[in-house]
Amino acid sequence: MNESTNDASIADIAPGMTVDAPAPVHDPFATPGALTPAGASTIVSATNLEKYYGHNHVLKGCTLEVYPRETICLIGRSGSGKSTLLRCINFLEEPTAGTIVVDGVEVKADPLHHRSSADRERIRKIRTSAQMVFQEFNLFPHMKVIDNLIEGPIKTKGVPREQAIATAEKFLDKVGLREKRDEYPARLSGGQKQRVAIARALTMEPKVLLFDEPTSALDPTLVGEVLKVMAELAHEGSTMIVVTHEMAFAREAADRVYFIEDGVFVEVGLPDQVIEAPRDPRTATFLSRLLNKV
Amino acid sequence: MTAQATAGEAVPPIVLEIEAADRGHRTRFRIWFLLTWVVVLGALGTFLLAKVGVNVGFLQEWLPFIIGGVWVTLFISVVSIFFAVILAVFGALGRLSANPFFNGLASLYVSVVRGTPLIVQILFIFLALPAAGIVVPPLPTGIIALSFNYGAYLTEVFRAGIQAVPGGQVEAARALGLPERAVMRRIILPQAIRIVIPAVGNDFIAMTKDSALVYVVGVQELLWRAQAAGRPTGQSFQTIIVAALMYWGLTMVLSAFQARLEKRMAAGDRNR
Repeated sequence: MNESTNDASIADIAPGMTVDAPAPVHDPFATPGALTPAGASTIVSATNLEKYYGHNHVLKGCTLEVYPRETICLIGRSGSGKSTLLRCINFLEEPTAGTIVVDGVEVKADPLHHRSSADRERIRKIRTSAQMVFQEFNLFPHMKVIDNLIEGPIKTKGVPREQAIATAEKFLDKVGLREKRDEYPARLSGGQKQRVAIARALTMEPKVLLFDEPTSALDPTLVGEVLKVMAELAHEGSTMIVVTHEMAFAREAADRVYFIEDGVFVEVGLPDQVIEAPRDPRTATFLSRLLNKV
Repeated sequence: MTAQATAGEAVPPIVLEIEAADRGHRTRFRIWFLLTWVVVLGALGTFLLAKVGVNVGFLQEWLPFIIGGVWVTLFISVVSIFFAVILAVFGALGRLSANPFFNGLASLYVSVVRGTPLIVQILFIFLALPAAGIVVPPLPTGIIALSFNYGAYLTEVFRAGIQAVPGGQVEAARALGLPERAVMRRIILPQAIRIVIPAVGNDFIAMTKDSALVYVVGVQELLWRAQAAGRPTGQSFQTIIVAALMYWGLTMVLSAFQARLEKRMAAGDRNR
């Protein structure tokens, strides 16, 4: 990674320095999607996110706003910062600067870890309403499928067991895996695992789903079944932020596509426009490499 | 490993020859292996019998008393491994804690206990503590010493076990919104325990033998009884051999259990 020298902006958000009433920053590209109800306000807003790993500047002031029932795809090379951005939204990564609002719950970056318990509680609330699906599935191997699904609702939201089971079964039906209810994850294929992971996220009845390269760890023959479930969710109006290399999915299901390179949004727009007719040469290079590799 | 011939395809003779040779090799190995045991043990036994002999009358009188010590040995070991595991869970959480007090405390415990001999710890509790007004009877002395000693070794085992749980598990649990305590109790520990069960089994077997050391404070376990019967009568040869055979038999039985447990865990549905 090269050290870039043109980030004067970070001086304004350096830890310890206060900035006087910063003007609210808005995502200039945020537009309600086709399914968004009229007058709805954003459900996720990440404002001016910065992230350093050591001296490595990974996110350089990304602002992203997502409306209800929209599907957003984040695309870009490995190491461009797209996964980091996603993981900052539910605070699996601590942003170095910036603000996250999910479903009205606001938490600011706290790189020095001085958070109050109220703030930590807010993060738990954000995590509850922004459910993540991981590249490596991360199902709990010591629990049956059904127990994987009800763990969150029972322990996090205090849902009564019977009700959690009913909800879980409904979402297992949805991903077509009702018959795997009592299996252990080790007995499932990669595609089935990921569908269970999606059902686990859905059972939390989240406001937004975060997908972190959900098909990258899958055997190519199993990618389709997962994308099919995701496309279905998108068309039914789930709010989704998807980090992916699957351009066909992005074109088919996304309301907007964000192309990120070196921690900056380079190009944003409708999927057809970004993927079919990229304006920025960097987007064009990325896409031609991605699509010609086959 | 049998040849998996594709349907309708004839297996060439050389494949069958290789299989037969493999089988022969394995059989010969087993025979020689067994023979080594029988010959060496037989020679040793014959030599000792010729030199000293079995004192049948003496053993008839004392054998039940000595063998009764097996139960005491097992009791001490079972109780001690139980407390050792509890200590180890807290020790491991301490060793991994971000809190300098808990981390320091756990590290100090491990360092002191692993840095001193078990026999010294036993004698410290039994002989040194009374000077401070703390008098511990023999059996509790043995159990406390063994628990603390093995607790320290198992602390490191549990720490490694917890660290061996993939980071994605913690992330998934946090992403569900689970409180940190639930992440540890419901997600990390159950998986860590599966990882450390073989090591705990090994330590339990080792402990049944180390428990012999508590005879010095007068706990009436296997070795103490062997000594008690053998010394005054001048029959230590008979009694020590009996004790050794008992310990050996015990570890073989426990090892067999251990092997079965590990096999079941390896084959089980629950494993990744």
